[in-house]
Amino acid sequence: MQEIDLIWMSLLIFIPTVFAIGLLLFPKGWEEGMRWWSLFGTALTLGVSLVIFIWYLQMNQTFPGGAASGSASLSARADALDNAQLGAVQKGYDWLGRVPWIPRFSINYYLGLDGISMALILLTTVVSFVAMIASWRIDRYVRGYCILFLLLETGMVGTFLALDFFLFYIFWEVMLLPMYFLIGIWGGPRREYAAIKFFLYTLLGSVFILIALLAFYFTDVRDFVPQQVVDQAARDRMTEDQRRLGGRDYERALLRVRDGIEVTDQGDVKKVGEAVAVNTFDLMVLQRVGQAALQYLPDRDGRRAGGIDAVESPGLKAARDEAKKNPTAKNQALLKAAEGRVTGQSFFTQGFQYTMFLLLFVGFAIKLPMFPFHTWLPDAHVEAPTPISMILAGILLKMGGYGILRIAYPICPWAAESLAWWVSLFGIINIVYGAFAAMAQTDFKKLVAYSSISHMGYVILGIAVWSVAKGGDYWAFGMNGAMYQMLGHGISSAGMFFLVGVIYDRAHHRNLDNFRGLAEPMPLYTGMSAVIFFAGMGLPGLCGFIGEVMVVLATWEFSKVFAVLAAITVVITAAYILWTIQRVYLGVNPAYKNYKDMDLREIACAVPLVVLAVVLGVAPQWVLSWMEPSVSHFITQQVARMGP
Amino acid sequence: MFRPEYITDLEAGLARDAVAFLPELILCVGIVLLLLLRLFRAFDRVHLGWVALGSSVAALAAAVGQWQGAYGFEPLEQPRDSLPLFSGLLVYDNFTIYLRVFLLVFTALIIWLTMLTGIPDREDSADFYCLLFGATLGMCLMSSANHLLMVFIGVEMASLPSYALAGFLKGRRQSSEASLKYVVYGGGASGVMLYGISLLAGKFGTASLPALAGQYIAALQPGGGLGVDAVLVLGTLFLVIGIAFKLAAVPFHFWCPDVFEGASAEVAGFLSVASKGAALALLGRVVFTFGGLDRAVTTQASSLGVAEYLLPTLAVFAAVTATFGNLAAYLQTNLKRLLAYSTIAHAGYMMMGLAALTRDGAGAVLFYLIAYLFMNLGAFAVVAILRNQTGSEDLSSFRGLVRRAPVLTVALSVFLLSLLGIPPLVGFAAKFQIFRVLYEGGQHYGNIGQPHLGYWLYALLVIGGLNTVLSVVYYLKVLKVMILETTLEEVEGRPSPPLGAPGASVLYASLLAVVILVAGILWDPLARVSDRGVDRFRDSPPGKEVARAATEVRP
Repeated sequence: MQEIDLIWMSLLIFIPTVFAIGLLLFPKGWEEGMRWWSLFGTALTLGVSLVIFIWYLQMNQTFPGGAASGSASLSARADALDNAQLGAVQKGYDWLGRVPWIPRFSINYYLGLDGISMALILLTTVVSFVAMIASWRIDRYVRGYCILFLLLETGMVGTFLALDFFLFYIFWEVMLLPMYFLIGIWGGPRREYAAIKFFLYTLLGSVFILIALLAFYFTDVRDFVPQQVVDQAARDRMTEDQRRLGGRDYERALLRVRDGIEVTDQGDVKKVGEAVAVNTFDLMVLQRVGQAALQYLPDRDGRRAGGIDAVESPGLKAARDEAKKNPTAKNQALLKAAEGRVTGQSFFTQGFQYTMFLLLFVGFAIKLPMFPFHTWLPDAHVEAPTPISMILAGILLKMGGYGILRIAYPICPWAAESLAWWVSLFGIINIVYGAFAAMAQTDFKKLVAYSSISHMGYVILGIAVWSVAKGGDYWAFGMNGAMYQMLGHGISSAGMFFLVGVIYDRAHHRNLDNFRGLAEPMPLYTGMSAVIFFAGMGLPGLCGFIGEVMVVLATWEFSKVFAVLAAITVVITAAYILWTIQRVYLGVNPAYKNYKDMDLREIACAVPLVVLAVVLGVAPQWVLSWMEPSVSHFITQQVARMGP
Repeated sequence: MFRPEYITDLEAGLARDAVAFLPELILCVGIVLLLLLRLFRAFDRVHLGWVALGSSVAALAAAVGQWQGAYGFEPLEQPRDSLPLFSGLLVYDNFTIYLRVFLLVFTALIIWLTMLTGIPDREDSADFYCLLFGATLGMCLMSSANHLLMVFIGVEMASLPSYALAGFLKGRRQSSEASLKYVVYGGGASGVMLYGISLLAGKFGTASLPALAGQYIAALQPGGGLGVDAVLVLGTLFLVIGIAFKLAAVPFHFWCPDVFEGASAEVAGFLSVASKGAALALLGRVVFTFGGLDRAVTTQASSLGVAEYLLPTLAVFAAVTATFGNLAAYLQTNLKRLLAYSTIAHAGYMMMGLAALTRDGAGAVLFYLIAYLFMNLGAFAVVAILRNQTGSEDLSSFRGLVRRAPVLTVALSVFLLSLLGIPPLVGFAAKFQIFRVLYEGGQHYGNIGQPHLGYWLYALLVIGGLNTVLSVVYYLKVLKVMILETTLEEVEGRPSPPLGAPGASVLYASLLAVVILVAGILWDPLARVSDRGVDRFRDSPPGKEVARAATEVRP
């Protein structure tokens, strides 16, 4: 089987869908069976993701040249895949695979995996599994709940795996509706408001992304794809012209004048190929074009002159070599045309780069969420039922970070570099604002929600601290820190929301001022809470610490003021978390004396999160060893293109 | 006007023309059959739905046969020169074939729906289906008109039966009121259109669209500005107003919500899809012929001068229509009224596709029409089914519907979400193609040195995107009422009774929903076919290259 990896990745995406459809066959009243069935579905997905994980690690060792040669980098493997289509080796285990989906618009079903998406997929499958256990308390319309939950998981996994921008967008949107209903039907008192607000904000962001998607599609990428792809486009064009025009000489003449091809050349693949445009949604190809734009456009500090000679493009290089070897007028003209495609295309202008970066960044930042687009989050998190809050905080917020990391930065690197300071400023605002806002909350869930905003600020900051000093080492540090922060926050925030849910089930309120003294009747619960909350606080030895410290260290090189601000906020974080622990767990409170400690189901739910929080905290190397090469490879490529 | 050679032409090609006209002829036979059968005692009290369904399926079979290349015609896949029928009054090309199949599929589906929902009853069935066929016939003529006379006849033939259909629920006051409103508005619009037609035909001495377009383009050379005579401007404007009325484009939309509210849901569904589809087809044909995109127009002048004012006009119409439709839908509490405004908004989206004045734009609109057929028909069908069960079309009577009729609610949700444009439903694929065309068009006009035309399209893209966000609120409002809110019984603590809709109706709605989902995931074949439908058109309005091409090859 040549594309066994594609099959496994598709399984990972669609197992939840299949289980969701299976739920329709359950007779009425079999609620318990439906729950077990859904749990089995999420467990199977988790299992498949672990199998894929092991294979992925193996690939890093068996790939020719090993991880050092770029097996960890998606773009390096994508180059190999494109070249494999030239007739070289076909690899069934390169964790990239594509089949045509909508050939008319060159849309592919294109999936791929690297350290970044692998980490987030594992997070998704683990948190979904745990959240499904936490869903046992849902007793209204269980069938509908489980179906929507499983469809949501399909959307999430698909988003992390898609390498075709259109496919990515589809999965991105697929998450929207299940989430709307999950909040809107099973949520708290203000659920309808929260659900529609979530929907509107996210859809607005999606429209921004859609416009950027179209703009990228209409960029001619023929100089960045193998010659075979251009030839194929030319052949398609010829068949189409032949079909459409037949023997109409006048129409042919019109077309010829427009394209500058001679009528007699209409049947020549090579000649038509010289005039044909290639459009794509392939994120890997678009990244190549984005990198070329970075090389072409001059730097604002005057470090890089840029210009056409700096551009790295296979098509341009081929044209240049041909013109040098064989300097006929024809070849010169072809070289000029190839250069004109770079100098003349709007993609390679500053305005385009700025606009598209802003569209993508705002689109993703709404999901992240970034100040001032964050206001949907406290509402959605507070109103959503516990398991859905876990998914929202644990995974959905990471979609924003992932989008920035996978799409906005690689495709618009020039704008990203120019705006690095502003982006980090917003990161800092997020950190500080979120922390202070969290301090002011009396609703337990709202406090956790605002702490999420604060923590996601570190992700923005870590990605943004664009500094090529020391060969980009600091930046790589920040980027890895941001990734680690996403994982750590995924664990700790899901845990925090779950723990809040546990006490809400007993006390039926979430007012921080009315708790006290829970440690006495519920020692186990208090112990687990301590671990998870300290992880959220960033205590050394727990998962929150690693990401934060990496980001802050990297920021120091970028801006000392920002670094100091980010570091000081850790104190505020400590303050609100400790104050919370004091208000909720410590002291004596006769009213809560007879509360039962966590039952078996709740323990089963909390233990994986607690264990992961500790493991990620004490053994970061275990994760970084396979995640870091993927992140750093992007940085090294970037730095290499930008020069010292 | 009628020179002898016209008659000889007509006689020579009559057999061929009649074969090309076969689907319409079968519809005529259907009408005669429906009326004649009533004379026999055996059929006197029988519901004639099956006869109507049979005739429409036969007509559809003939149309599909032409698509496949039967009766000596080339199949849709082949290059085809447009074939003027009946001495140039009608035209037979891929566009015609595509739209005819679209209209006849829809007619068959709507007849099936009326048989499920029981409007009309046995007594009225012959009248109802006669009117339905008459309107369909008019719409087929609209989509194949090649002559201003046929434009008018087509519009009138589609309108007159529609007036009667709108008032078909004789006992209901609202229905009669709707019908009257429709007649008054429609009569006015027809008069204005006829006046415009006479102005244009008088000025250019011909009413044949391609011939007229050639002179039209010559009269409006690029850079000539709008310093043209009032006859031309008024003539065009009046013609467009006539079509815009059928399309319910703002500001000629006032009849639409009232008529939809007053007429039965089945008729409203018919008008919203078929009437709008035919009007769009007609608008597309007129605009693309005048814009020089039609291959039958072999002028040697650049038609950018026409595009210069045609594109902004359409863009403004489209933007206003979409935005107004979406905003006005906010306040509606009657489901049919809400859907009426939603159809206005969708007419706006489709006009955006035409406004780009590119071949792909027309292709995107054809795709949109098919998507729109299924989602809008589905929405109105569910409204009709629910009306039969609850006796109300008001939003408030659908509270907590998901507990009472889960399958129908899910189906209606699929239709509404597809109208909203959420992937992976076909509505998204349609909207995506419209947006794609706008961006591509913007880029194209920039490349040929007409960036100001491109800016109009970029602006439309942004407006279209924002409109999608605007429309979230009212589509989700329906979903919210049906799914998030609880029924009155539940509030009182009683179990809410199931709705008990007939299985066949539920199956009908579910089938449409499945079509929308499947076509939303695998939309490549449909996109390919819609592209074939616009083979007749050039990529974009010919610019400077026409003069150069003309020197090399004589058209």
